[in-house]
Amino acid sequence: MKQQKMKIISRRSILLLMGGVASSALFTKFAMAKPNLALQKIKEISKSKVEEVDLFLDVPEIAENGNQVKVSFDIDSPMTKDDFVRTVYLLADGNPAPNVAKFSFTTDMGVCSATTRMRLSKTQNVYLLAEYNNGKFAMTKSKVKVTIGGCGG
Amino acid sequence: MSKIKPRGKVPKKAAIDEIIEIKTLIRHPMHSGRMKDKDGKNIPKRIINKFLVKFNGKQVFGMDLEPSISTNPYIAFPFKAKKSGTFDFEWTDDNGEKYTMSRKMDVS
Repeated sequence: MKQQKMKIISRRSILLLMGGVASSALFTKFAMAKPNLALQKIKEISKSKVEEVDLFLDVPEIAENGNQVKVSFDIDSPMTKDDFVRTVYLLADGNPAPNVAKFSFTTDMGVCSATTRMRLSKTQNVYLLAEYNNGKFAMTKSKVKVTIGGCGG
Repeated sequence: MSKIKPRGKVPKKAAIDEIIEIKTLIRHPMHSGRMKDKDGKNIPKRIINKFLVKFNGKQVFGMDLEPSISTNPYIAFPFKAKKSGTFDFEWTDDNGEKYTMSRKMDVS
């Protein structure tokens, strides 16, 4: 009798264990799905026709204060009528909203670069997506470690 | 609250085909809608959402800003000097207000 009871308990515990494994697997899947907001947005904008290349995205490796993080980029382009960068998107995957800024360029600028300052709530990847006048897209990403987050709250 | 004040730095003189850098800064709180005030109340969202630059009336640079841009938005961008003219800068606030500034540049 006693042995039978023991058996039931062990079966129950196995079931519990299995449930725990399943739920933790689900949880990690959920946690993995969240930071892809920025990538989702990139796919949406570029209709999945994006190439990962090495664009020059200058962000600090470690940002002590997430409230003011200097971001600058420089995209190699002749900026002539036949070949120029039309739009540049800046995205971040750990902020409450993935979009950070959208820059509209014209051929009058001579080179394709800009600098601004952004907020980073935590350690995350910063993405740069460039749209060329011929409809091509290029992207790059860079990881920034943030010591103090900068999104309020 | 401090007054919203745009500032900009444009070289007064430039050579033909020289690539100059234009720096702008506007004093603005850029409330993202997530920050709280001293009493723990949410500060409503109020940001600069658009920045436009025109040179002699033609748009040369534009930027759409989101709440992830820092307080006192700083924007720097290049420009290829070809002829003398005037830059017109325009920032648009969430409440519909527009802040403008213009700067002259001589090209020789």
